Amino acid sequence: MKSLVENHNFATMNSKVLALLQKDILIELRQKHTFYGILLYIASTIFVIYLSMAEQPDAQVWNSLFWVIQLFVCVNAVAKSFLQESKGRMLYFFSICSPVDFIISKMIYNVLLMIFMSLISLVLFTVFLGNPVFNMLKFTGIVLLGGTGISLVFTLMSAIAAKAQQNAALIAILGFPVILPQLMLVMKMSKTAFAEVFRDGAVLQLTGLTLAMNLLVIILGVILFPYLWKD
Amino acid sequence: MPLKKSWWKILSFVLLVYTIVAGFLLDVPHLPILNETIRNLYFHVCMWFGMMILFGTSFYYSIKYLRGFNYRNDIYALNYAAVGCLFGILGYATGFEWVNVTWITDQGQSVGSVLKEPKLIGAAIALLIYGAYFVLRGSFTDIDKRARISAVYNIFAFAMLFPSIWIIPRIVGSLHPGAPGSDSGNPALDRKDLDATMRMVFYPAIIGWTLLGVWIATLKIRIQLMKDKNIINE
Repeated sequence: MKSLVENHNFATMNSKVLALLQKDILIELRQKHTFYGILLYIASTIFVIYLSMAEQPDAQVWNSLFWVIQLFVCVNAVAKSFLQESKGRMLYFFSICSPVDFIISKMIYNVLLMIFMSLISLVLFTVFLGNPVFNMLKFTGIVLLGGTGISLVFTLMSAIAAKAQQNAALIAILGFPVILPQLMLVMKMSKTAFAEVFRDGAVLQLTGLTLAMNLLVIILGVILFPYLWKD
Repeated sequence: MPLKKSWWKILSFVLLVYTIVAGFLLDVPHLPILNETIRNLYFHVCMWFGMMILFGTSFYYSIKYLRGFNYRNDIYALNYAAVGCLFGILGYATGFEWVNVTWITDQGQSVGSVLKEPKLIGAAIALLIYGAYFVLRGSFTDIDKRARISAVYNIFAFAMLFPSIWIIPRIVGSLHPGAPGSDSGNPALDRKDLDATMRMVFYPAIIGWTLLGVWIATLKIRIQLMKDKNIINE
């Protein structure tokens, strides 16, 4: 296992990651039903919230609803990333690429997917539930950062849950406690976009911590995934 | 088999007797609101120390398992995590008593409003993570696969748990000592913060409680090693 990780150089790794990424995107484009399924999921959840609110929610409620929806969208969007791979296909990947290539390509793909979904739900939120955001540019940045963090964690959780048989429920059980610290940070951070005043440098500190945690997740994923890979 | 007397078990016993006797009898500083409840420091804070040390030990054995795939290390990791959870629950129980007389004043605060506190959330995350760890273990039938996958989760979860208990409460503000805005530095470990007589009880108390946790864990491990004697080959 170790030799597999070590003895391929960076260039081949890049091309393999790109090829795997291309494969994931191609599958997504061919099997449109899963992609549209998630879009429909976002739209209908936000519509349900819209219907259940008597009036437009204030900034605090808006913010917390937004992040809860992000969390569930991510569980649904990312969950299938390992579940959709059949046993035979995994065996094939096992023979042609290293686990590090595989997990990195999955992470990149899921981050891209989640960023796309986050932006769509942000648009739908502003359409249906009003726009209490004071600084939209800042909030969009925070949404991208938060979405990246959530999708990275759930990529790894999906890989773990795929090994146990009862998957979908397990992803939520495994992932929620692990994502909570990051979610707390992002929710706190997004208040700055609602014109709440922070102590000097506090926002920068929060951003740095969130970035550091994302980096930690990536490093842990690269170290730990090879152990999940082999059966 | 003759009864083995380990020095650290005797030490644990002696230190805990000392903690309880000295903890209740020695003089403590009289502070507003806290009053005599400050003695809870010897119990409540030690539970969290013990929990983190036990979870850390579990984390260590999970890494060790992945390095050699020795089933014995999986049993160690599982049982240290289980006793860590017990300490976490006890930490909550002792903390709940403390909350009732300090944070909840007579101005009609509910427990619910106090519970939304970064350190409490961090501790809840810890218990949820290890709950998920036990659920994950339960969903496998293959022993090797169970040990391997749960070790991966244990390592990942502990790495994420660490910032949520030790870093985030310092940043987002907390009722516990050591939060931004309060004048105390590192709670518990800062020598300037704690009264000299209290330190004389507090440090031995930490060691005593932690050793007790390790003691319970080793007993549980021994029972399981006996049960699984025929599948461990060495």
